[in-house]
Amino acid sequence: MIDIQGLQKSFGDHVVLKDIHMHIDKGAVVALLGPSGSGKSTLLRCVNLLTIPDKGSIRVGTHEMTYSGDATRLPGDRALARFRANTGMVFQHFNLFPHMTALQNVMEGPLTVLRTPKAQAREQALALLAKVGLQDKAEQHPAQLSGGQKQRVAIARALAMQPQVMLFDEVTSALDPELVGEVLGVIRDLALDGMTMILVTHEMSFAREVADQVVFMRDGVVLESGPAAEVIDRPQHAATQQFFARYHAGMAA
Amino acid sequence: MYEWNFAYLWQYRQLFANGLMVTVGYSLLCIVLGLAVGLLAGIGGLAKSRLIHLPLKWYVELFRATPVLVLIIWFYYALPVLIGVTMTASVAAVLALSLYGGAFYAEIIRGGIVSIDPGQSDAARALGMTRFQVMRRVVLPQALRRMTPPLMNQSIMQLKNTSLLSVLALPDLVYQGQAVAHETYRPLEAYTLIALMYIAILLPASKLVRRLESRRAE
Repeated sequence: MIDIQGLQKSFGDHVVLKDIHMHIDKGAVVALLGPSGSGKSTLLRCVNLLTIPDKGSIRVGTHEMTYSGDATRLPGDRALARFRANTGMVFQHFNLFPHMTALQNVMEGPLTVLRTPKAQAREQALALLAKVGLQDKAEQHPAQLSGGQKQRVAIARALAMQPQVMLFDEVTSALDPELVGEVLGVIRDLALDGMTMILVTHEMSFAREVADQVVFMRDGVVLESGPAAEVIDRPQHAATQQFFARYHAGMAA
Repeated sequence: MYEWNFAYLWQYRQLFANGLMVTVGYSLLCIVLGLAVGLLAGIGGLAKSRLIHLPLKWYVELFRATPVLVLIIWFYYALPVLIGVTMTASVAAVLALSLYGGAFYAEIIRGGIVSIDPGQSDAARALGMTRFQVMRRVVLPQALRRMTPPLMNQSIMQLKNTSLLSVLALPDLVYQGQAVAHETYRPLEAYTLIALMYIAILLPASKLVRRLESRRAE
């Protein structure tokens, strides 16, 4: 489903992604873990081309983009938009559209991008809001919702585009602890439904429970990769062990 | 002690009324045209292509660095000679004032757009929207709301700037005030009256802007 080959990205002199290769099967849930600055968010943003890589190729389903490092032949805005419509992304800071209601937020993708008729988009949006447990908040504006509710609306908004892949960028990091659970519940349900997902997260227990595969990154490279339980319980590299040290100590207590 | 006599001006009320119409007329024209120019220059200033955004940046910098009066005079006396086209004082005045206002509007508009959290366009692009759709559906609706008080303030300034059109003998409120002052030898009453007329328009306008700003701050 997802194939990443030789991905490289620098911001000025700072090399963020050195040479990334990754393969993700359909229906797999991959957790991207690592310290800050390891490049995991940048990698996630490259998967849906929010960040354009310097070099490498990305394939999501049937959509493929290759970058040869030749800055003069970047794909056009339309091609990029079409690629992105295929993936859904949920952000750490929600990024809901404040001038629209929750329902309008969820309808926005299908209405504007897919040109779905309004009545149909409305129906689908209401169903999605019900799926995340927020059908009675449909007419509320984001400012009136709690963090956990905002994030669930954001998930519904991304799902409205019927993407092949869902990307989650530290979606619970900005939430109060008591609100984290409701969002993780929705993500768990999506995983059980068979959605292909990449999660950048600090929720180790959740990653261990829900993810099939864990990819540990550090300084722009993939250090370790493998089945979730294995990488988290029995890390091979010193850096990985150090990263999971606190988690292990917590689990042992 | 000077003896104020406003009643003496009553016979010239038609002139003052005409002057007011001309002032308001030119103001509206220059505000609308200025906004149109400002919108193009503001959004164009954000374009990636240097061919587009560089000339626009020069235009904005140039017109913001020149006093309005100098621009008005230059457009009337110098420009026709330069491009070999004769133009009426009216045309030169509207051109100068619209382009002047446009430069300031452009900066307000550009600033408003840039002030929108990049996360908004991230989310819009992640849904698959083109840059045009992002602007139209997500960024501009939010930015325009934010820009309204400063745009209105600039429009108030445009109105005040129309007072300089009297220099080109355009029959605005100031010009009429001068005419009446000269004829009646009562400059105090004439000029005080036109000052009061400007205040009568602009004070409510300022109050409206202030109210919009405080409502946004909630």
